[in-house]
Amino acid sequence: MEDILPIHLPATDLPMPRRRVLGAYLAEIRSECLRYLRAPAFILPMTLFSTVFYLMFGVLINHGNADAARYLLASYSAFGIIGPGLFGFGVSLAIERDGGLLTLKRALPMPPGAYLLGKMTMAMIAAAVVTVLLLLIGTLLAHVALSWSQIAAMLAVGSLGVLPFCALGMFLGTLIRGQGAPGLLNLVYLPMAFLSGLWLPLPMLPQVVRQFAPIWPSYHLNQLTLAAVGMNNHAAPWPHALVLAGFALAFLSLAARRLRRYG
Amino acid sequence: MNHSTPLVARLATVSKHYGKLCALDGADLQLRRGELLALLGPNGAGKTTAISLLLGLHRADRGTVELFGQDPQRLQARRRIGVMLQHAELPATLRVGELLQLTASYYPAPRSLAESAGLAGIGDLLRRPYARLSGGQQRRVQFALALCGKPELLFLDEPTVGMDIEARQKLWAAIRQLLAEGCSVLLTTHYLEEAEALADRVCVMAGGRVIHEGTVDALRARVALKRIRCISSLDETVVAHWPAVSEAKRSQGRLLVTTAEAEATVQRLLRADADLRELEVHRAGLADAFVELTREADQSAAAAQREVA
Repeated sequence: MEDILPIHLPATDLPMPRRRVLGAYLAEIRSECLRYLRAPAFILPMTLFSTVFYLMFGVLINHGNADAARYLLASYSAFGIIGPGLFGFGVSLAIERDGGLLTLKRALPMPPGAYLLGKMTMAMIAAAVVTVLLLLIGTLLAHVALSWSQIAAMLAVGSLGVLPFCALGMFLGTLIRGQGAPGLLNLVYLPMAFLSGLWLPLPMLPQVVRQFAPIWPSYHLNQLTLAAVGMNNHAAPWPHALVLAGFALAFLSLAARRLRRYG
Repeated sequence: MNHSTPLVARLATVSKHYGKLCALDGADLQLRRGELLALLGPNGAGKTTAISLLLGLHRADRGTVELFGQDPQRLQARRRIGVMLQHAELPATLRVGELLQLTASYYPAPRSLAESAGLAGIGDLLRRPYARLSGGQQRRVQFALALCGKPELLFLDEPTVGMDIEARQKLWAAIRQLLAEGCSVLLTTHYLEEAEALADRVCVMAGGRVIHEGTVDALRARVALKRIRCISSLDETVVAHWPAVSEAKRSQGRLLVTTAEAEATVQRLLRADADLRELEVHRAGLADAFVELTREADQSAAAAQREVA
Protein backbone atom coordinates (compact mmCIF):
# COMPACT_ATOMS: atom_id res chain seq x y z
CA MET A 1 0.00 0.00 0.00
CA GLU A 2 1.27 3.36 -0.92
CA ASP A 3 -0.31 6.40 0.59
CA ILE A 4 -1.53 9.03 -1.75
CA LEU A 5 0.01 12.41 -1.26
CA PRO A 6 -2.32 15.15 -0.13
CA ILE A 7 -3.91 16.53 -3.20
CA HIS A 8 -4.50 20.23 -3.55
CA LEU A 9 -6.33 19.71 -6.79
CA PRO A 10 -10.09 19.64 -7.08
CA ALA A 11 -11.32 16.07 -6.79
CA THR A 12 -14.49 16.66 -8.76
CA ASP A 13 -15.50 18.83 -11.66
CA LEU A 14 -14.92 22.43 -10.88
CA PRO A 15 -17.62 24.39 -12.65
CA MET A 16 -16.32 27.16 -14.83
CA PRO A 17 -17.83 30.44 -13.64
CA ARG A 18 -19.72 32.23 -16.39
CA ARG A 19 -17.47 35.25 -16.02
CA ARG A 20 -14.43 33.12 -16.77
CA VAL A 21 -16.10 31.58 -19.84
CA LEU A 22 -16.83 35.06 -21.12
CA GLY A 23 -13.26 36.02 -20.27
CA ALA A 24 -11.96 33.13 -22.37
CA TYR A 25 -13.93 34.34 -25.39
CA LEU A 26 -12.60 37.87 -24.90
CA ALA A 27 -9.02 36.65 -24.43
CA GLU A 28 -9.27 34.66 -27.66
CA ILE A 29 -10.62 37.65 -29.59
CA ARG A 30 -7.97 39.94 -28.11
CA SER A 31 -5.14 37.54 -29.01
CA GLU A 32 -6.42 37.03 -32.52
CA CYS A 33 -6.60 40.78 -33.14
CA LEU A 34 -3.24 41.51 -31.51
CA ARG A 35 -1.34 38.87 -33.43
CA TYR A 36 -2.51 40.14 -36.80
CA LEU A 37 -2.24 43.83 -36.00
CA ARG A 38 1.42 43.06 -35.28
CA ALA A 39 1.85 41.30 -38.63
CA PRO A 40 1.95 44.03 -41.31
CA ALA A 41 2.66 41.47 -44.03
CA PHE A 42 -0.80 40.12 -43.32
CA ILE A 43 -2.70 43.39 -42.79
CA LEU A 44 -1.27 45.70 -45.46
CA PRO A 45 -2.12 43.70 -48.62
CA MET A 46 -5.68 43.28 -47.34
CA THR A 47 -6.19 47.01 -46.80
CA LEU A 48 -4.05 48.44 -49.60
CA PHE A 49 -5.38 46.45 -52.55
CA SER A 50 -8.78 48.13 -52.74
CA THR A 51 -7.74 51.57 -51.50
CA VAL A 52 -4.94 51.90 -54.09
CA PHE A 53 -7.29 50.74 -56.86
CA TYR A 54 -9.89 53.28 -55.82
CA LEU A 55 -7.31 56.07 -55.63
CA MET A 56 -6.17 55.23 -59.15
CA PHE A 57 -9.48 54.63 -60.90
CA GLY A 58 -11.87 56.62 -58.75
CA VAL A 59 -9.74 59.71 -58.11
CA LEU A 60 -6.72 60.06 -60.42
CA ILE A 61 -8.05 58.72 -63.73
CA ASN A 62 -11.67 59.67 -63.17
CA HIS A 63 -11.98 63.35 -64.10
CA GLY A 64 -14.72 64.52 -61.81
CA ASN A 65 -17.40 62.09 -62.94
CA ALA A 66 -19.46 61.98 -59.73
CA ASP A 67 -21.53 58.93 -60.69
CA ALA A 68 -18.42 56.94 -61.63
CA ALA A 69 -16.75 57.86 -58.32
CA ARG A 70 -19.87 56.77 -56.44
CA TYR A 71 -20.17 53.53 -58.41
CA LEU A 72 -16.50 52.69 -57.92
CA LEU A 73 -16.73 53.44 -54.20
CA ALA A 74 -19.36 50.70 -53.98
CA SER A 75 -17.52 48.14 -56.09
CA TYR A 76 -14.10 48.66 -54.52
CA SER A 77 -15.71 48.51 -51.09
CA ALA A 78 -17.14 45.12 -51.99
CA PHE A 79 -13.71 44.08 -53.27
CA GLY A 80 -12.04 45.37 -50.09
CA ILE A 81 -14.54 43.76 -47.73
CA ILE A 82 -14.06 40.29 -49.23
CA GLY A 83 -10.28 40.30 -48.60
CA PRO A 84 -10.18 40.09 -44.78
CA GLY A 85 -12.81 37.33 -44.86
CA LEU A 86 -11.17 35.17 -47.48
CA PHE A 87 -7.58 35.75 -46.40
CA GLY A 88 -8.01 36.39 -42.70
CA PHE A 89 -9.83 33.12 -42.36
CA GLY A 90 -8.58 31.01 -45.23
CA VAL A 91 -4.86 31.65 -44.98
CA SER A 92 -4.66 31.57 -41.21
CA LEU A 93 -6.74 28.40 -40.94
CA ALA A 94 -4.65 26.66 -43.62
CA ILE A 95 -1.42 27.62 -41.84
CA GLU A 96 -2.69 26.76 -38.37
CA ARG A 97 -3.98 23.40 -39.50
CA ASP A 98 -0.59 22.68 -40.95
CA GLY A 99 1.42 23.92 -37.98
CA GLY A 100 -0.54 22.00 -35.35
CA LEU A 101 -1.99 25.06 -33.60
CA LEU A 102 -5.55 24.06 -34.47
CA THR A 103 -4.94 20.57 -33.06
CA LEU A 104 -3.59 22.05 -29.83
CA LYS A 105 -6.56 24.40 -29.53
CA ARG A 106 -8.97 21.52 -30.05
CA ALA A 107 -7.23 19.53 -27.33
CA LEU A 108 -7.26 22.47 -24.90
CA PRO A 109 -10.49 23.33 -23.10
CA MET A 110 -11.07 26.39 -25.25
CA PRO A 111 -14.80 27.20 -25.16
CA PRO A 112 -16.61 26.09 -28.32
CA GLY A 113 -16.48 28.51 -31.19
CA ALA A 114 -14.00 30.87 -29.51
CA TYR A 115 -11.45 30.16 -32.22
CA LEU A 116 -13.93 31.05 -34.98
CA LEU A 117 -15.35 33.99 -33.08
CA GLY A 118 -11.83 35.43 -32.67
CA LYS A 119 -11.11 35.20 -36.37
CA MET A 120 -14.56 36.54 -37.28
CA THR A 121 -14.09 39.57 -35.06
CA MET A 122 -10.68 40.24 -36.55
CA ALA A 123 -12.12 40.00 -40.08
CA MET A 124 -15.01 42.32 -39.19
CA ILE A 125 -12.65 44.92 -37.76
CA ALA A 126 -10.37 44.72 -40.80
CA ALA A 127 -13.34 44.99 -43.18
CA ALA A 128 -14.67 47.99 -41.25
CA VAL A 129 -11.25 49.66 -41.44
CA VAL A 130 -11.10 49.11 -45.21
CA THR A 131 -14.61 50.56 -45.56
CA VAL A 132 -13.67 53.63 -43.50
CA LEU A 133 -10.55 54.21 -45.61
CA LEU A 134 -12.56 53.96 -48.81
CA LEU A 135 -15.26 56.26 -47.42
CA LEU A 136 -12.58 58.83 -46.53
CA ILE A 137 -11.08 58.70 -50.01
CA GLY A 138 -14.55 58.81 -51.54
CA THR A 139 -15.84 61.80 -49.62
CA LEU A 140 -12.63 63.83 -49.28
CA LEU A 141 -10.78 63.13 -52.52
CA ALA A 142 -13.40 61.89 -55.00
CA HIS A 143 -16.06 64.31 -53.63
CA VAL A 144 -18.81 61.72 -53.39
CA ALA A 145 -21.65 63.31 -51.40
CA LEU A 146 -22.92 60.83 -48.82
CA SER A 147 -25.59 61.28 -46.14
CA TRP A 148 -24.93 60.05 -42.62
CA SER A 149 -27.39 57.24 -43.12
CA GLN A 150 -25.54 56.17 -46.29
CA ILE A 151 -22.26 56.17 -44.38
CA ALA A 152 -23.85 54.11 -41.61
CA ALA A 153 -25.27 51.69 -44.19
CA MET A 154 -21.81 51.27 -45.77
CA LEU A 155 -20.25 50.53 -42.39
CA ALA A 156 -22.97 47.99 -41.61
CA VAL A 157 -22.56 46.29 -44.99
CA GLY A 158 -18.80 46.35 -44.52
CA SER A 159 -18.67 44.74 -41.12
CA LEU A 160 -21.46 42.21 -41.70
CA GLY A 161 -20.86 41.59 -45.39
CA VAL A 162 -17.47 40.09 -44.59
CA LEU A 163 -19.08 37.13 -42.81
CA PRO A 164 -20.11 35.03 -45.86
CA PHE A 165 -16.54 35.39 -47.10
CA CYS A 166 -15.22 34.29 -43.71
CA ALA A 167 -17.26 31.13 -44.23
CA LEU A 168 -15.94 30.71 -47.77
CA GLY A 169 -12.37 31.33 -46.56
CA MET A 170 -12.89 28.85 -43.75
CA PHE A 171 -14.11 26.22 -46.20
CA LEU A 172 -11.16 26.82 -48.55
CA GLY A 173 -8.84 26.76 -45.54
CA THR A 174 -9.98 23.22 -44.78
CA LEU A 175 -9.15 22.13 -48.34
CA ILE A 176 -5.63 23.54 -48.61
CA ARG A 177 -2.66 23.41 -46.32
CA GLY A 178 0.14 25.70 -45.31
CA GLN A 179 2.17 28.29 -47.12
CA GLY A 180 0.62 27.76 -50.56
CA ALA A 181 -2.69 29.08 -49.26
CA PRO A 182 -2.33 32.80 -50.22
CA GLY A 183 -1.64 31.95 -53.87
CA LEU A 184 -4.55 29.56 -54.08
CA LEU A 185 -6.92 31.98 -52.39
CA ASN A 186 -5.94 34.67 -54.89
CA LEU A 187 -6.99 32.25 -57.62
CA VAL A 188 -10.47 32.40 -56.12
CA TYR A 189 -10.46 36.05 -55.01
CA LEU A 190 -9.34 37.81 -58.18
CA PRO A 191 -11.35 35.90 -60.82
CA MET A 192 -14.45 36.04 -58.62
CA ALA A 193 -14.04 39.81 -58.22
CA PHE A 194 -13.65 40.25 -61.96
CA LEU A 195 -16.56 37.97 -62.91
CA SER A 196 -18.96 39.71 -60.56
CA GLY A 197 -18.13 43.16 -61.89
CA LEU A 198 -16.03 44.55 -59.04
CA TRP A 199 -13.23 45.72 -61.32
CA LEU A 200 -15.11 46.64 -64.48
CA PRO A 201 -18.83 47.42 -64.32
CA LEU A 202 -20.92 44.47 -65.46
CA PRO A 203 -22.51 46.33 -68.44
CA MET A 204 -18.98 46.56 -69.92
CA LEU A 205 -18.47 42.81 -69.70
CA PRO A 206 -19.57 40.10 -72.18
CA GLN A 207 -23.12 38.81 -72.06
CA VAL A 208 -22.15 35.40 -70.64
CA VAL A 209 -20.28 36.96 -67.71
CA ARG A 210 -23.28 39.19 -66.94
CA GLN A 211 -25.62 36.23 -67.05
CA PHE A 212 -23.62 34.17 -64.59
CA ALA A 213 -22.65 37.03 -62.24
CA PRO A 214 -25.41 36.25 -59.71
CA ILE A 215 -23.84 32.87 -58.91
CA TRP A 216 -20.98 34.68 -57.13
CA PRO A 217 -21.50 35.85 -53.54
CA SER A 218 -19.38 38.91 -54.39
CA TYR A 219 -22.05 40.03 -56.89
CA HIS A 220 -24.64 40.14 -54.13
CA LEU A 221 -22.32 42.01 -51.78
CA ASN A 222 -21.77 44.57 -54.53
CA GLN A 223 -25.54 45.02 -54.90
CA LEU A 224 -25.65 45.82 -51.19
CA THR A 225 -22.81 48.35 -51.32
CA LEU A 226 -24.43 49.96 -54.37
CA ALA A 227 -27.69 50.24 -52.48
CA ALA A 228 -25.84 51.69 -49.49
CA VAL A 229 -24.34 54.56 -51.53
CA GLY A 230 -27.74 55.28 -53.12
CA MET A 231 -27.34 53.55 -56.47
CA ASN A 232 -29.35 50.50 -57.50
CA ASN A 233 -32.50 51.97 -55.96
CA HIS A 234 -34.85 50.11 -58.27
CA ALA A 235 -34.58 46.82 -56.37
CA ALA A 236 -34.84 45.97 -52.70
CA PRO A 237 -31.54 44.92 -51.12
CA TRP A 238 -33.02 42.18 -48.93
CA PRO A 239 -32.95 39.33 -51.45
CA HIS A 240 -29.19 39.88 -51.83
CA ALA A 241 -28.71 39.88 -48.07
CA LEU A 242 -30.64 36.60 -47.89
CA VAL A 243 -28.55 35.03 -50.65
CA LEU A 244 -25.40 36.04 -48.76
CA ALA A 245 -26.75 34.58 -45.53
CA GLY A 246 -27.45 31.36 -47.44
CA PHE A 247 -23.89 31.28 -48.80
CA ALA A 248 -22.56 31.85 -45.29
CA LEU A 249 -24.56 28.99 -43.79
CA ALA A 250 -23.73 26.62 -46.64
CA PHE A 251 -19.98 27.19 -46.48
CA LEU A 252 -19.95 27.24 -42.70
CA SER A 253 -21.62 23.83 -42.50
CA LEU A 254 -19.37 22.41 -45.23
CA ALA A 255 -16.30 23.69 -43.42
CA ALA A 256 -17.50 22.45 -40.03
CA ARG A 257 -18.10 19.01 -41.50
CA ARG A 258 -14.65 18.84 -43.00
CA LEU A 259 -13.03 20.09 -39.79
CA ARG A 260 -14.85 17.47 -37.72
CA ARG A 261 -13.87 14.71 -40.12
CA TYR A 262 -10.33 15.58 -41.02
CA GLY A 263 -9.23 18.14 -38.41
CA MET B 1 0.73 2.10 -7.10
CA ASN B 2 -2.35 1.45 -5.08
CA HIS B 3 -5.20 0.09 -7.16
CA SER B 4 -7.81 1.98 -5.22
CA THR B 5 -6.26 5.21 -6.47
CA PRO B 6 -8.77 6.72 -8.88
CA LEU B 7 -8.28 6.31 -12.59
CA VAL B 8 -7.74 9.55 -14.46
CA ALA B 9 -7.56 8.16 -17.99
CA ARG B 10 -8.48 4.86 -19.55
CA LEU B 11 -8.45 3.08 -22.88
CA ALA B 12 -10.25 -0.27 -22.91
CA THR B 13 -9.99 -2.56 -25.98
CA VAL B 14 -9.85 0.46 -28.23
CA SER B 15 -9.52 0.13 -31.98
CA LYS B 16 -9.04 2.92 -34.47
CA HIS B 17 -8.60 2.73 -38.22
CA TYR B 18 -7.62 5.51 -40.59
CA GLY B 19 -8.99 4.22 -43.87
CA LYS B 20 -7.34 0.83 -44.28
CA LEU B 21 -4.55 1.57 -41.83
CA CYS B 22 -5.11 0.05 -38.43
CA ALA B 23 -3.62 2.50 -35.92
CA LEU B 24 -4.92 0.88 -32.73
CA ASP B 25 -5.90 -2.74 -32.44
CA GLY B 26 -7.56 -3.48 -29.12
CA ALA B 27 -5.30 -1.29 -26.98
CA ASP B 28 -5.69 -1.09 -23.18
CA LEU B 29 -4.22 1.64 -21.04
CA GLN B 30 -4.86 2.90 -17.52
CA LEU B 31 -3.47 5.93 -15.79
CA ARG B 32 -3.98 6.55 -12.05
CA ARG B 33 -3.79 9.72 -10.04
CA GLY B 34 -0.32 10.94 -9.23
CA GLU B 35 1.59 8.54 -11.44
CA LEU B 36 3.70 9.05 -14.53
CA LEU B 37 3.15 6.56 -17.31
CA ALA B 38 5.69 6.57 -20.13
CA LEU B 39 4.38 5.46 -23.49
CA LEU B 40 7.16 3.94 -25.57
CA GLY B 41 7.24 2.43 -28.99
CA PRO B 42 8.57 2.89 -32.50
CA ASN B 43 6.98 5.35 -34.93
CA GLY B 44 3.63 4.04 -36.13
CA ALA B 45 3.13 1.97 -32.98
CA GLY B 46 -0.07 3.83 -32.12
CA LYS B 47 1.19 6.22 -29.41
CA THR B 48 -0.01 9.37 -31.17
CA THR B 49 -3.38 7.79 -31.92
CA ALA B 50 -3.80 6.71 -28.30
CA ILE B 51 -3.10 10.26 -27.15
CA SER B 52 -5.33 11.90 -29.73
CA LEU B 53 -8.23 9.67 -28.65
CA LEU B 54 -7.66 10.62 -25.02
CA LEU B 55 -7.58 14.29 -26.01
CA GLY B 56 -10.89 13.94 -27.82
CA LEU B 57 -9.37 14.84 -31.19
CA HIS B 58 -10.73 11.68 -32.78
CA ARG B 59 -13.33 9.09 -31.93
CA ALA B 60 -12.50 5.42 -31.48
CA ASP B 61 -14.09 2.89 -33.83
CA ARG B 62 -14.53 0.45 -30.94
CA GLY B 63 -13.85 0.33 -27.23
CA THR B 64 -14.02 2.81 -24.36
CA VAL B 65 -12.05 6.04 -24.06
CA GLU B 66 -12.40 7.96 -20.81
CA LEU B 67 -10.89 11.03 -19.17
CA PHE B 68 -11.91 11.27 -15.49
CA GLY B 69 -14.67 8.81 -16.30
CA GLN B 70 -16.08 11.06 -19.01
CA ASP B 71 -16.01 11.34 -22.77
CA PRO B 72 -12.82 13.30 -23.63
CA GLN B 73 -14.78 15.38 -26.09
CA ARG B 74 -16.63 16.90 -23.16
CA LEU B 75 -15.22 20.26 -22.18
CA GLN B 76 -15.58 19.51 -18.44
CA ALA B 77 -13.17 16.60 -18.80
CA ARG B 78 -10.62 18.58 -20.76
CA ARG B 79 -10.69 21.47 -18.27
CA ARG B 80 -8.74 19.10 -16.02
CA ILE B 81 -5.92 18.39 -18.48
CA GLY B 82 -2.87 20.21 -19.78
CA VAL B 83 -1.40 19.50 -23.19
CA MET B 84 2.02 19.77 -24.78
CA LEU B 85 2.01 18.42 -28.32
CA GLN B 86 4.99 17.39 -30.38
CA HIS B 87 4.38 19.97 -33.09
CA ALA B 88 2.55 23.21 -32.46
CA GLU B 89 3.51 26.48 -34.09
CA LEU B 90 2.14 29.06 -31.70
CA PRO B 91 1.24 32.58 -32.91
CA ALA B 92 4.61 34.12 -33.76
CA THR B 93 3.82 37.73 -32.92
CA LEU B 94 2.28 37.16 -29.50
CA ARG B 95 4.46 37.61 -26.42
CA VAL B 96 5.07 34.73 -24.06
CA GLY B 97 3.04 36.38 -21.29
CA GLU B 98 0.11 36.89 -23.66
CA LEU B 99 0.18 33.25 -24.72
CA LEU B 100 0.15 32.18 -21.07
CA GLN B 101 -2.73 34.51 -20.23
CA LEU B 102 -4.75 33.26 -23.19
CA THR B 103 -4.26 29.59 -22.33
CA ALA B 104 -4.92 30.16 -18.63
CA SER B 105 -8.22 31.86 -19.55
CA TYR B 106 -9.60 28.48 -20.72
CA TYR B 107 -9.39 26.99 -17.19
CA PRO B 108 -11.63 27.45 -14.14
CA ALA B 109 -8.84 27.98 -11.59
CA PRO B 110 -5.49 28.46 -13.30
CA ARG B 111 -2.09 29.12 -11.74
CA SER B 112 -0.89 32.69 -11.60
CA LEU B 113 1.29 33.88 -14.46
CA ALA B 114 4.31 34.09 -12.19
CA GLU B 115 3.80 30.58 -10.82
CA SER B 116 3.49 28.99 -14.29
CA ALA B 117 6.51 30.91 -15.54
CA GLY B 118 8.51 29.94 -12.46
CA LEU B 119 7.71 26.23 -12.77
CA ALA B 120 8.70 26.14 -16.42
CA GLY B 121 11.73 28.41 -15.91
CA ILE B 122 10.62 31.10 -18.36
CA GLY B 123 10.27 34.05 -15.98
CA ASP B 124 12.78 36.03 -18.04
CA LEU B 125 10.98 35.42 -21.34
CA LEU B 126 7.50 36.80 -20.60
CA ARG B 127 7.95 40.02 -22.61
CA ARG B 128 9.56 38.33 -25.62
CA PRO B 129 7.63 37.58 -28.85
CA TYR B 130 7.32 33.83 -29.31
CA ALA B 131 9.02 33.83 -32.73
CA ARG B 132 12.20 35.36 -31.27
CA LEU B 133 12.82 32.40 -28.94
CA SER B 134 15.19 29.50 -29.57
CA GLY B 135 13.76 26.03 -30.14
CA GLY B 136 14.50 24.96 -26.58
CA GLN B 137 12.93 28.13 -25.15
CA GLN B 138 9.82 27.56 -27.26
CA ARG B 139 9.52 24.03 -25.84
CA ARG B 140 9.73 25.47 -22.32
CA VAL B 141 6.98 27.97 -23.14
CA GLN B 142 4.83 25.12 -24.45
CA PHE B 143 5.45 23.28 -21.19
CA ALA B 144 4.34 26.38 -19.27
CA LEU B 145 1.16 26.49 -21.35
CA ALA B 146 0.53 22.83 -20.51
CA LEU B 147 0.74 23.37 -16.75
CA CYS B 148 -0.78 26.86 -16.45
CA GLY B 149 -4.35 25.60 -16.00
CA LYS B 150 -3.37 23.68 -12.86
CA PRO B 151 -4.28 20.40 -14.59
CA GLU B 152 -4.78 17.07 -12.83
CA LEU B 153 -3.45 15.24 -15.87
CA LEU B 154 -0.66 16.40 -18.12
CA PHE B 155 -0.09 15.08 -21.65
CA LEU B 156 3.53 15.52 -22.66
CA ASP B 157 4.35 14.38 -26.19
CA GLU B 158 8.12 14.24 -26.68
CA PRO B 159 8.61 17.22 -24.36
CA THR B 160 12.40 17.42 -24.33
CA VAL B 161 13.12 17.15 -28.06
CA GLY B 162 15.45 20.02 -28.98
CA MET B 163 16.46 20.77 -25.39
CA ASP B 164 20.01 20.74 -24.10
CA ILE B 165 20.92 18.55 -21.13
CA GLU B 166 20.55 21.29 -18.55
CA ALA B 167 17.11 22.35 -19.82
CA ARG B 168 16.05 18.72 -19.89
CA GLN B 169 17.10 18.21 -16.25
CA LYS B 170 15.16 21.32 -15.22
CA LEU B 171 12.07 20.08 -17.02
CA TRP B 172 12.39 16.71 -15.30
CA ALA B 173 12.59 18.47 -11.94
CA ALA B 174 9.44 20.44 -12.74
CA ILE B 175 7.63 17.26 -13.78
CA ARG B 176 8.62 15.61 -10.47
CA GLN B 177 7.26 18.61 -8.59
CA LEU B 178 3.93 18.35 -10.40
CA LEU B 179 3.77 14.62 -9.67
CA ALA B 180 4.40 15.32 -6.00
CA GLU B 181 1.41 17.67 -6.05
CA GLY B 182 -0.76 14.78 -7.21
CA CYS B 183 -0.80 15.54 -10.92
CA SER B 184 -0.70 12.55 -13.29
CA VAL B 185 1.44 12.58 -16.42
CA LEU B 186 1.19 10.65 -19.66
CA LEU B 187 4.57 10.97 -21.34
CA THR B 188 5.66 9.81 -24.75
CA THR B 189 9.36 9.89 -25.41
CA HIS B 190 12.09 8.52 -27.59
CA TYR B 191 14.64 9.00 -24.84
CA LEU B 192 14.65 5.88 -22.74
CA GLU B 193 16.68 7.56 -20.02
CA GLU B 194 13.79 9.98 -19.71
CA ALA B 195 11.40 7.11 -19.05
CA GLU B 196 13.91 5.56 -16.61
CA ALA B 197 14.31 8.87 -14.79
CA LEU B 198 10.64 9.71 -14.43
CA ALA B 199 8.28 6.83 -15.02
CA ASP B 200 6.44 4.81 -12.40
CA ARG B 201 5.31 2.54 -15.16
CA VAL B 202 6.18 2.11 -18.80
CA CYS B 203 3.87 0.95 -21.49
CA VAL B 204 5.42 -0.37 -24.69
CA MET B 205 3.33 -0.23 -27.84
CA ALA B 206 3.87 -1.93 -31.17
CA GLY B 207 1.52 -2.47 -34.08
CA GLY B 208 -1.39 -0.72 -32.39
CA ARG B 209 -1.27 -2.88 -29.27
CA VAL B 210 0.17 -2.58 -25.80
CA ILE B 211 2.78 -5.33 -25.76
CA HIS B 212 4.17 -4.67 -22.31
CA GLU B 213 3.08 -2.75 -19.26
CA GLY B 214 4.81 -2.56 -15.92
CA THR B 215 7.58 -0.88 -13.96
CA VAL B 216 10.86 0.03 -15.61
CA ASP B 217 12.54 -2.84 -13.70
CA ALA B 218 9.88 -5.29 -14.82
CA LEU B 219 10.46 -4.29 -18.43
CA ARG B 220 14.19 -4.94 -18.06
CA ALA B 221 13.53 -8.22 -16.28
CA ARG B 222 10.98 -9.41 -18.79
CA VAL B 223 13.62 -9.22 -21.44
CA ALA B 224 16.38 -10.73 -19.34
CA LEU B 225 18.99 -10.14 -21.94
CA LYS B 226 22.68 -10.03 -21.13
CA ARG B 227 25.43 -8.65 -23.30
CA ILE B 228 28.73 -10.47 -23.51
CA ARG B 229 31.87 -8.75 -24.78
CA CYS B 230 35.16 -10.53 -25.31
CA ILE B 231 38.19 -10.83 -27.57
CA SER B 232 37.85 -14.10 -29.43
CA SER B 233 38.63 -15.60 -32.80
CA LEU B 234 35.26 -17.38 -32.99
CA ASP B 235 33.16 -16.74 -36.10
CA GLU B 236 30.25 -14.46 -35.11
CA THR B 237 27.97 -15.94 -37.79
CA VAL B 238 28.37 -19.34 -36.11
CA VAL B 239 27.83 -17.98 -32.59
CA ALA B 240 24.66 -16.23 -33.77
CA HIS B 241 23.06 -19.64 -34.30
CA TRP B 242 23.75 -20.93 -30.80
CA PRO B 243 20.70 -21.52 -28.60
CA ALA B 244 19.48 -18.50 -26.57
CA VAL B 245 21.71 -16.16 -28.57
CA SER B 246 19.66 -13.42 -30.18
CA GLU B 247 22.49 -11.54 -31.81
CA ALA B 248 26.24 -11.86 -32.37
CA LYS B 249 28.42 -9.32 -34.13
CA ARG B 250 31.96 -8.01 -34.24
CA SER B 251 32.82 -4.45 -33.38
CA GLN B 252 36.26 -2.86 -32.86
CA GLY B 253 37.90 -6.27 -32.77
CA ARG B 254 35.57 -7.56 -30.08
CA LEU B 255 32.89 -10.17 -30.27
CA LEU B 256 29.53 -8.87 -28.96
CA VAL B 257 26.91 -11.47 -28.09
CA THR B 258 23.39 -10.76 -26.85
CA THR B 259 21.87 -13.72 -25.06
CA ALA B 260 18.96 -14.66 -22.85
CA GLU B 261 21.07 -17.23 -20.92
CA ALA B 262 24.39 -15.68 -20.10
CA GLU B 263 25.80 -18.57 -18.06
CA ALA B 264 25.24 -21.23 -20.72
CA THR B 265 26.54 -19.01 -23.49
CA VAL B 266 29.67 -18.09 -21.54
CA GLN B 267 30.42 -21.76 -20.80
CA ARG B 268 30.09 -22.64 -24.44
CA LEU B 269 32.24 -19.67 -25.50
CA LEU B 270 35.01 -20.73 -23.11
CA ARG B 271 34.86 -24.34 -24.30
CA ALA B 272 34.96 -23.33 -27.95
CA ASP B 273 37.81 -20.84 -27.61
CA ALA B 274 40.49 -21.49 -24.99
CA ASP B 275 42.25 -18.24 -25.93
CA LEU B 276 39.22 -16.10 -25.15
CA ARG B 277 40.22 -12.91 -23.24
CA GLU B 278 38.72 -9.84 -21.53
CA LEU B 279 35.34 -11.39 -20.90
CA GLU B 280 32.63 -8.93 -19.75
CA VAL B 281 28.95 -9.59 -19.04
CA HIS B 282 26.44 -6.72 -18.75
CA ARG B 283 22.80 -6.57 -18.02
CA ALA B 284 20.97 -5.08 -21.00
CA GLY B 285 19.69 -1.50 -20.68
CA LEU B 286 16.13 -0.41 -21.19
CA ALA B 287 16.97 0.37 -24.80
CA ASP B 288 17.97 -3.25 -25.49
CA ALA B 289 14.91 -4.57 -23.72
CA PHE B 290 12.74 -2.26 -25.76
CA VAL B 291 14.31 -3.23 -29.08
CA GLU B 292 13.92 -6.89 -28.19
CA LEU B 293 10.26 -6.49 -27.22
CA THR B 294 9.27 -4.66 -30.36
CA ARG B 295 11.26 -7.13 -32.47
CA GLU B 296 9.33 -10.01 -30.90
CA ALA B 297 6.08 -8.21 -31.69
CA ASP B 298 7.19 -7.68 -35.29
CA GLN B 299 8.09 -11.34 -35.66
CA SER B 300 4.82 -12.61 -34.27
CA ALA B 301 2.93 -10.15 -36.49
CA ALA B 302 4.91 -11.40 -39.50
CA ALA B 303 4.21 -15.00 -38.49
CA ALA B 304 0.51 -14.23 -38.18
CA GLN B 305 0.57 -12.72 -41.66
CA ARG B 306 2.29 -15.80 -43.07
CA GLU B 307 -0.39 -17.97 -41.51
CA VAL B 308 -3.11 -15.87 -43.07
CA ALA B 309 -1.36 -16.10 -46.45
